[in-house]
Amino acid sequence: MSVVADVAIIGAGLIGAAIARELAGQDLDIVLIEARNDVGDGTSKANTAILHTGFDATPGTLEARLVRRGYALWQEYAARTGVPVERTGALLVAWDEEQQAALPTLQAKAEANGYLATRIVDAGTVYAMVPDLGPGALAGLTVPDESIMCSWSAAIAMATEAVLRGVRLELECRVDGATVLADHTVLHTSRGDIATRWVVNAAGLAGDTVDALFGHDRFHLHPRRGELLVFDKLARPKAPVIVLPVPSKVGKGVLVSPTIYGNVMLGPTADDIEDRAATGTTEAGFAFLLERGRRIMPSLLDEEVTTAYAGLRAAHDRDDFVIEADAAQRYVVAGCIRSTGLTASLAVGEEVLERMRAAGFTCTPRAVLPEPPQVPNLGEAGLRPYEDEARIAADPAYGEIVCFCERVTAGEIRDALDATIPARDLGGLRRRTRAQNGRCQGFFCGAAVRAALEGRGAR
Amino acid sequence: MNREPVVIIGAGPSGLAAAAALAPHTPVLVLEREAQAGGIPRHCAHQGFGLRDLHRSLSGPAYAQRLVRAALDAGVRIETRTMVTGWASADALEVTGPGGRRTVSADAIVLATGARERARAARRIPGDRPAGVYTTGQLQQAVHLHHQGVGTRAVIVGAEAVSWSAVLTLREAGCAVVGLVTRHERPDAYAPMARLGSLALHVGVRTSTEVTAVLGHGRVTGVEVADRRTGAREVIACDTVVFTGDWIPDHELARLAGLMMDAGTRGPAVDTALRTSQPHVFAVGNLVHPVDTADVAALDGRHVVHAVRTRLAGLAPLAAPVPIVAEAPFTWVAPSLMRPGDIAPARGRLLLWSDALVPVPRVVVRQDGRVLARQRLPWPAAPGRVFRVPWSMLGAVRGDGGPVSVSLG
Ligand SMILES: Cc1cc2nc3c(=O)[nH]c(=O)nc-3n(C[C@H](O)[C@H](O)[C@H](O)COP(=O)(O)OP(=O)(O)OC[C@H]3O[C@@H](n4cnc5c(N)ncnc54)[C@H](O)[C@@H]3O)c2cc1C
Ligand SMILES: Cc1cc2nc3c(=O)[nH]c(=O)nc-3n(C[C@H](O)[C@H](O)[C@H](O)COP(=O)(O)OP(=O)(O)OC[C@H]3O[C@@H](n4cnc5c(N)ncnc54)[C@H](O)[C@@H]3O)c2cc1C
Repeated sequence: MSVVADVAIIGAGLIGAAIARELAGQDLDIVLIEARNDVGDGTSKANTAILHTGFDATPGTLEARLVRRGYALWQEYAARTGVPVERTGALLVAWDEEQQAALPTLQAKAEANGYLATRIVDAGTVYAMVPDLGPGALAGLTVPDESIMCSWSAAIAMATEAVLRGVRLELECRVDGATVLADHTVLHTSRGDIATRWVVNAAGLAGDTVDALFGHDRFHLHPRRGELLVFDKLARPKAPVIVLPVPSKVGKGVLVSPTIYGNVMLGPTADDIEDRAATGTTEAGFAFLLERGRRIMPSLLDEEVTTAYAGLRAAHDRDDFVIEADAAQRYVVAGCIRSTGLTASLAVGEEVLERMRAAGFTCTPRAVLPEPPQVPNLGEAGLRPYEDEARIAADPAYGEIVCFCERVTAGEIRDALDATIPARDLGGLRRRTRAQNGRCQGFFCGAAVRAALEGRGAR
Repeated sequence: MNREPVVIIGAGPSGLAAAAALAPHTPVLVLEREAQAGGIPRHCAHQGFGLRDLHRSLSGPAYAQRLVRAALDAGVRIETRTMVTGWASADALEVTGPGGRRTVSADAIVLATGARERARAARRIPGDRPAGVYTTGQLQQAVHLHHQGVGTRAVIVGAEAVSWSAVLTLREAGCAVVGLVTRHERPDAYAPMARLGSLALHVGVRTSTEVTAVLGHGRVTGVEVADRRTGAREVIACDTVVFTGDWIPDHELARLAGLMMDAGTRGPAVDTALRTSQPHVFAVGNLVHPVDTADVAALDGRHVVHAVRTRLAGLAPLAAPVPIVAEAPFTWVAPSLMRPGDIAPARGRLLLWSDALVPVPRVVVRQDGRVLARQRLPWPAAPGRVFRVPWSMLGAVRGDGGPVSVSLG
């Protein structure tokens, strides 16, 4: 414990990874601490993965600003790192007169947020855009820049770049306590003490618990579970755009969206619960989604369900993101990032550095930075290795398909096990390659994928 | 791009048998995505394969090897580790293998892609996503091909033939079987099999029981089940759960080709000669009847030769087909199309799948409201296995009439 880091970041979800990457652009000694055995393994792995324009954010909030900024930053960063993003556009559908009447208000809100491209369209246009919609749509609002992306590669790209820039990543390391001393803080972790000058709390759903370690009581979190059903790729033509409901007081509601992997997603639910580990799907959730799906797009239900999962939003009692720096304790919190954290992540990174500077933290940019990493393309819209003639010619392992449903090759599995932040278990491998994520869920490839993992000493 | 007279997709029993039967007449290329040809039997360790086609009882791997050998001996070219990923055009396939990415076109294409068991999410069973959840296919490969350990206490969902083969596989892996659960009122497999299973293997079948959740976070800790009669719920502790049966054909290529699909089997609709809705595309095996036994799949393969050769000879297309429709308790019938003057289906039988046990079924065939045939069959209609109806019952169907229905009366 002789070394004192400059900054310790607690939590390696999308937010912690983005902060680590941003701070590592400065000449700093940084440690990124994560309780799980991988980055992006919490809420960051189980969301709807939409890159939001922020058209429906509450104007004037920090969230509205950071979502908008994050959207712009992701355009560039995704292009540089290969994180797949597909600009499918979204269509908000009004199913009754009240919803129809709300469309101009939503359009005005979008404009107040600086987003000017929405259009109100009639029922004919709605059905022309999405012919498989169920009967009864009255009108719609188009949001042409809403996009879909891969939140797994997003977290991995940012965390990998952080590591390449010198950040120490401590996995399976849980912060349980903190002692704030005069010029540094000691974090008590499941792997021993870590001394650091500054601490950043990016603990997601545990943000309030970690905040309490520093004596704060400024927000309270509870999980708002969102369950999702993922339908077979053969359903993909039914969802050419993201089909959004008109938001109500209850929340954003159930959407039907294409996924970057070429599936169709139905969800999420919104259940306020207490158990912060309840990431399972439920009977009630399935029933609710199927009932909604039957109305939004009845023919979707004729397709096979490939998988189902649930994510836990960090629901809170504040109206906005909470990003605050405490100069006396050399402590920053990035909390209450509930439903837009994927989009906002890169901007949250910038914001945290700015707040730290405003609180008296000094740092200088690193003179030379490594090139950003290239993540494997998991998106259906881009060229996948199995389709890449030149790549297979150079390395036949990319021609050897192991996971048939998702067309994942032996080359990609090898790469994921050799990566800067390697896959350590099946979940990690799935998020890096899509192996075993397809319609058979392992019927064909499960044993072979496990053999590949075990052959490398992984669990 | 190379052009082939015949390409067969899938080297399971149906594809291999078709290839071996066609090869004396025309060059045949078989494309198989697995490292070894042979299909599902490669990982079915137990005996009982080959009864109807080879007239002997073999283990799955021995049966697979025999079919592969027969095809190779007939001059068939089999490319393994080679997957057809899509269609470049109506008669050209996109193909990936370690040798590269290429396009293969063909005068006749036979789809023999088989079927799989629905996974847990497709059955809409909630819970977290712990390790220890299998289908029989994955379990067999884990144990027989990769010698991987499974758990210590397993619950098997389903009680049909394949479920009992899962019992055997778990035995071999040293995993105790707590029991089989089925939503049906009676065990789905042949009564003798269930009786033998419970006597010889000391494994019981719990009927009228539905799995309502998989429990556990990192690893399965149990399943929650509901009694369908009383609604009562209960947790059965286990660390492994095997989802068996509940078949779905591997129909991706068929659907991407835009073939007419059958709503019951979810495979391509075929006529009695195994033609699909596109004249140069044929379909055989469990892709068109999910699922029948391996020997029946292999006999389909032999049966398709007639239609493929007719096509290659450039003979004129046949008259428009008459649909055959399955009525409840049947959920599908294969083939589901017949053409006047065409050959009888493979083995002279119509295949159906029943959702209920009918010990003494009286089959009724109707067309345009008229009863064409009524016959009591000496074998039961039971969930979890194919019910066979003699083709002779459809002898009076009129080619210019409406759909033919098959029901129980
Ligand atoms: C259903 C659903 C749909 C969503 N859809 C979208 C969307 O379409 N677009 C969008 O932009 N956003 C969306 N979101 C929001 C987005 O997923 C989140 O805002 C984002 O993932 C939050 O990231 P995070 O890093 O704050 O949290 P997390 O991913 O939860 O990361 C926090 C990390 O901190 C670790 N940690 C916690 N406590 C400790 C400790 N004491 N010691 C060490 N480590 C600790 C955890 O293990 C975890 O890995 C959605 C969320 C949900 C649930
Ligand atoms: C777990 C399980 C256990 C079974 N046990 C028995 C049993 O004990 N006895 C019995 O008689 N029957 C059993 N069956 C039924 C079994 O499916 C049949 O016996 C037989 O294998 C069916 O033959 P098939 O040729 O139709 O399909 P399969 O044997 O499934 O062969 C299909 C082949 O096509 C290949 N393929 C698919 N798509 C592509 C593509 N795009 N490109 C290249 N290749 C492709 C596959 O890799 C596979 O090798 C079992 C089935 C299962 C799933």
